[in-house]
Amino acid sequence: MNFLRQTAVRLGYAIALLLAVVVLNFVLIHIAPGDIADTIAGDMGGATEEVMAKIRADYGLDKPFIVQLGLYMGNVVRFDFGYSFFFNTPVTSLIAERLPATLLLVFSAQLLALVVGVVLGVISAQRPNGMLSHFVTLLALFGYSAPVFWTGIMLLIGLSLMLPLFPVAGMVDARLMDAPMWRQYLDVLHHLLLPALTLASIFLALYSRLCRASMLEVLGADYIRTARAKGLTEREIVYKHALKNSLGPVVTLAGLQFSAVVSGAVLVETVFSWPGLGTLALQSILARDTPTILGILFFSALVVIVGNLLTDLVLRLIDPRIRSGGG
Amino acid sequence: MIKKLVAASSVAALALTFQVGAVLADDGAKRGGTLIWAVQNTPRHLNPAVQSGIATGEPGNQLFAAPLRYDEDWTPQPYLAESWDVSDDGLTVTLNLVKGATFHDGVPIKSSDVAFSIQTVKDNHPFKTMYAPVDSVETPDDHTAVIKLSKPHPALLLAMSSQLLPIIPEHVYGDGQDPKTHPANSENVVGSGPFKLVEFKRDQHVILERNDDFFIDGRPYLDKIVMRIIKDGSARMIALENGEAHLSGFEQNPRDINRMKKADGVTATSDGVAYAAIGPIAWLAFNTASEGPVGDTKVRQAIAYAIDRDFVNKAIMLGTSTPALTGIHPGSPFYEPDVERYDLDLDKANALLDEAGYPRGDDGTRFQLTVDYGWAGIKAQAEYVKPQLKKVGIDVVIRSSPDFPTWAKRVGGHDFELTWDVVFNWGDPVIGVHRTYQTSNIKKGVIWSNTQSYSNSRVDELMDMAGSETDPAKRKALYSEFQKLVAKDVPVYHTYALPYHTIYADAVGNPPVGIWATVSPLDRVYLK
Repeated sequence: MNFLRQTAVRLGYAIALLLAVVVLNFVLIHIAPGDIADTIAGDMGGATEEVMAKIRADYGLDKPFIVQLGLYMGNVVRFDFGYSFFFNTPVTSLIAERLPATLLLVFSAQLLALVVGVVLGVISAQRPNGMLSHFVTLLALFGYSAPVFWTGIMLLIGLSLMLPLFPVAGMVDARLMDAPMWRQYLDVLHHLLLPALTLASIFLALYSRLCRASMLEVLGADYIRTARAKGLTEREIVYKHALKNSLGPVVTLAGLQFSAVVSGAVLVETVFSWPGLGTLALQSILARDTPTILGILFFSALVVIVGNLLTDLVLRLIDPRIRSGGG
Repeated sequence: MIKKLVAASSVAALALTFQVGAVLADDGAKRGGTLIWAVQNTPRHLNPAVQSGIATGEPGNQLFAAPLRYDEDWTPQPYLAESWDVSDDGLTVTLNLVKGATFHDGVPIKSSDVAFSIQTVKDNHPFKTMYAPVDSVETPDDHTAVIKLSKPHPALLLAMSSQLLPIIPEHVYGDGQDPKTHPANSENVVGSGPFKLVEFKRDQHVILERNDDFFIDGRPYLDKIVMRIIKDGSARMIALENGEAHLSGFEQNPRDINRMKKADGVTATSDGVAYAAIGPIAWLAFNTASEGPVGDTKVRQAIAYAIDRDFVNKAIMLGTSTPALTGIHPGSPFYEPDVERYDLDLDKANALLDEAGYPRGDDGTRFQLTVDYGWAGIKAQAEYVKPQLKKVGIDVVIRSSPDFPTWAKRVGGHDFELTWDVVFNWGDPVIGVHRTYQTSNIKKGVIWSNTQSYSNSRVDELMDMAGSETDPAKRKALYSEFQKLVAKDVPVYHTYALPYHTIYADAVGNPPVGIWATVSPLDRVYLK
């Protein structure tokens, strides 16, 4: 019961937050100088006064700001996100086209970073002064400080140009349109690896460092000494007793980082021409395509909120103290 | 120079009747293959009749055929019109369409489709000057379209080529829906070009396949074109280098160009008249209506003397660009190189500033100026202005804009003193050149109008006369005087023509490098 009530309260917060995201972003976009008429004129290599006035009238930009906001909010509560100014397509179908690609990238990167990060963290914690430990520290420092777009381009130069193992850009090879399904799945995986690795590089560093620190702390705890005294194997101690208790901070951080992964995806998608929400977001912001930006921000906020809710659930599963404490 | 004269005299031919010549021989051309074409931007949609720009133009030229084409230079060639005739008074232009040509859905192309297309472009295209003088289009029979003009309009021929006049089917677009948002602009596109649409996926690709019923026998040579949208320049270069893409147009990053020139297996070229019809000119624009110093012609001349055009071309553009002395592209037959050049001369600049009444203060500074720029690619040029003008006592503040619309709002709203800008000729000077200098086009809020607020009645008069002068030699003389006058007034300091390059793999035969470069039909391109 307690759990259900908490979840309901959290959902309430989430909805309020979503509405706040919409209003705030609507205001922000309108503060930014220039509008879709300027962009379309720029895109077309110039336009006359009449054409620009016509564009503004077509998209309702000639109405007062508060009327535009009211109309938009009215539509959003009915789940109508309007038409993209730039593509003349319903925003929901534009987002539906892109969301799977972004989800695939974000979750693959997150998973890759978590699994590899934790494994590296555990291994290096066992020998805090060993070679591997130093290597992980170095890798962490590098992964965290290198800009993600730079990492992406370096990987491209190394693994696409010098050693042509991976494709340069995109998600699918258009030449495989008529190939069997399994071949197309493999093709997507082939295209996914470099961008996922690039995006994972920042978080991998973070998770491995955190896991290492938290493992070291746990390994020094009394109950580990007890376990050792009991005669358990090192393997059982590390993976069964210590790891479970040291995962808490990693999972919490992973949840908190979820929004960072989504925003990191914008850069990675641009470098690798990954056809996801990030590419669309960047283009829509540059084009002042208000309905599309707001739609994307709405759905990214949704993804982050869902990601955080999931984190809460996972934490409850691995840490009984949270379950009973009801914090 | 001789080449220019030849080109000018070929424009003279517009007063004569053209007959179909022998179709260009393509020695060694081979049928078949899939061309992978890397493009930089996602098009809004694929119908150039209602959308200008390169992103739509590249696929648009493959899907839709225009009445005329310009292959390697400024000579018009038959395309959907097998011949054409301009009356002696210049008021009637008759197009004779190729017989037996059909749209992709098998429906024959009629003169009524031409009339419909002209009307659609006239009503919806942003370049209003292209078809403004068209009063009506008569269709005496299915293969003849007679364009009636209110005044002679020599720009018409270029405006009937490339993507500027795609012949769109009336039976598809004439169903009463707004052509700007018509569903057939992005799906099931029906044109009559060398390729048909298979799939358009935004931000991913446009896939085209051979139109087997294309009205030119034996063309196109390619079976398929896959246009891959790769926005990141570095990724695009890697794709070209490792063979994942065969072709890319409109490449303008000097470092990329120089690297690709040295790379094995690919060629980067921008020779002769390549991209001359696009005519992209980069310049430093002044707000001549400014209350501040740049409102004074002498100050503008002084700044022009202080900026080193050679340095910008050689050091900033790494020698990839062509110096441009006027607003007309150096590859155009109307280009006049014999204008006031303002070669670097700091003494002259200092003298002019003294004369204009801006003596150096105690700290050596005369006054402060703000220079704007609107996109990352031109940042170095903006930064160059600061130390350079400091030499003549002008303290420059660089104002960057986070993105294009921000800059467009500032400059369009005349909120600037000095800004870097790039403006395109888009074919005939009437379309893309006049707009920058016409007094009647000082329109606040409109980017690439006369945002300089430049006004010179003789310049206006020259443009009006040149716009309707059918004799090419006289027209050239008018534009020549126009360019000389503008250079004296310096509303803009013309600096260079953008180094647009076509980059292509060794395997590509007949790469598109003409005046319209990659915004032209690729029916002659083949894979070796």
